[in-house]
Amino acid sequence: MTATAQLPAPAPVVPEREGWTGRLRWAVADALTVTARDVAHWRRQPGALLVGLLFPVLMLVMFLYLLGGGMAVPGGGSYRDFLVPGVLGLAVVFGLEATMTAVVTDVGRGITDRFRSMPMAPSAVVAGRCLADLASSALGLAVLALAGVLVGWRPDGVGPAVAAFGLLLLLRVGFLWFGIWLGLLVRDPASVTAVQILVWPFAFLSNAFVATSTMPGWLATVAEWNPLAATVTAVRRLSGDPVGTGGGWATEHATLLAVVWPVVLSVVFATLAVRRWQGLSR
Amino acid sequence: MEAAVQVRGLTKRYGDRVVLDGVDLDVASGSVCALLGPNGAGKTTTVRVLTTLLRPDGGRVEVAGVDVRAHPREVRRRIGLVGQQPAVDDVLGARENLVLFSRLHHLDRRAARRRAGELLELVGLADTGSKPVRQFSGGIRRRLDIAAGLVLAPQVLFLDEPTTGLDPAGRRDVWEAVRALVAGGTTVLLTTQYLEEAEQLADDVCVLDGGRVAARGTPRELTAAVGGDRLELVVDDPARATEAADLAGRVASGPPGPPPPVRGTRVTVAVARRPGVVGDVVRALDGAGIGVDDVLLRPATLDEAYLRITGRPDQRTEVPA
Repeated sequence: MTATAQLPAPAPVVPEREGWTGRLRWAVADALTVTARDVAHWRRQPGALLVGLLFPVLMLVMFLYLLGGGMAVPGGGSYRDFLVPGVLGLAVVFGLEATMTAVVTDVGRGITDRFRSMPMAPSAVVAGRCLADLASSALGLAVLALAGVLVGWRPDGVGPAVAAFGLLLLLRVGFLWFGIWLGLLVRDPASVTAVQILVWPFAFLSNAFVATSTMPGWLATVAEWNPLAATVTAVRRLSGDPVGTGGGWATEHATLLAVVWPVVLSVVFATLAVRRWQGLSR
Repeated sequence: MEAAVQVRGLTKRYGDRVVLDGVDLDVASGSVCALLGPNGAGKTTTVRVLTTLLRPDGGRVEVAGVDVRAHPREVRRRIGLVGQQPAVDDVLGARENLVLFSRLHHLDRRAARRRAGELLELVGLADTGSKPVRQFSGGIRRRLDIAAGLVLAPQVLFLDEPTTGLDPAGRRDVWEAVRALVAGGTTVLLTTQYLEEAEQLADDVCVLDGGRVAARGTPRELTAAVGGDRLELVVDDPARATEAADLAGRVASGPPGPPPPVRGTRVTVAVARRPGVVGDVVRALDGAGIGVDDVLLRPATLDEAYLRITGRPDQRTEVPA
């Protein structure tokens, strides 16, 4: 191929919007543009999207039909109703890896630097990431909840279902900032694999699949304080599902913790991520 | 002469390590300047400071007449950056990429589509359709990458090692694209480890070494400054090539410098051009019992100038076409 010898077309003239309202409008527009890029990825790679959506469904089916026969919920209730909120929580934790992969890839390929060298709003890189990841998580949770309904699980009315959905997405926000920070921290695609693996013990060290009362004492306490456990218990209560027996302060106040934990995670890791981001130019 | 880039006393350190140690640099509007230097000389750090990605520790840096520290946003509206690796979205097609970057340069939807079309024409990628970029060859991907740096027709385009890792065809692809831009009046600052690239593209060369400017000038000035001519000899006995180089160097009495390079039976020495010098060298070698199979007298190359300036062989990983 040969480059055409023609001159570059005259530069398009872009008026710079002044003042903070102008900047805010650009920041929102840029964030939506960055989000649209992810949506374009889904259109381009429907297979990858489908695998991401269906993997938690596979987990649900495996735990329910392969392991579920041997499971009993302490205090009574069906394992199916106990399990569905647990897998919804697991799907939220999977999001950590998705966010981290996206950040590591963009930094590694130089796309983040390209964004940073452009006149776009710097906040849009992160805001776009947040919007795109929340959108994909919302879609994933909806598909998984639908699968739960198909196997016989029933939420306890529209209001509680919406509240449960809100709590799950709130936890996702916490993991989102955790993932952004991790992605900026490690920079090495190979370390994403480590996170992929560590997600499992983290998820199992909670009440997502088994009631904590069946675990050795000290382990039960750790599992109970897992942010995932708080959200899962809160979702179970909202959906009228069995929550198992036992549990101390953390289980009693699970709904409170389901709000406090994500807020703490978000504040801590957003602060760290912003510092890391500023460190890119140091 | 209007300066597109003006750098005075630029310093940058990471912890205790000084990466840029008082760099001065001027790039005239509409010219091509090559930053040349071995790995770790500070080329990429310089470009990252000029493109607002890194804050300088000291010195004054103006790009397109704007101070990078005081007004980074204004600088970003006037520059294009093409980094060391193609920073384009692999999953999307060429056009989608350019529409995305145009939108992020705040062109409205229609203008972004139009601009994407123009840029595809400019770099010769109009016929790539919606094929995802990951299926492109390295050279084509690079050209898309360059197009993505041209959305606002930047006053200064920065190219950081634009042809590293490309095959000869890809390298020519990129060179053609850069020449077309320069013909259109864009100022280009590029970094390279390839001397041939600097010779091919640059009006001015600035050699960085250890975070300082070791030399600057046109490629011709640089080669002239290190002393005119080279005598290449092919001797018959590889075992005595080093001895031949020593002897030839003494007789030719070129400017002092690092020991002449020896490759197999090929010996290259600096010579001071004077009548009879070639005959003197050959006779001296003959007298020492070293047979000479071939002789070539030629001007020094930028390669040799670079070797002299940095005091070490260039660290090319591959030989350019």
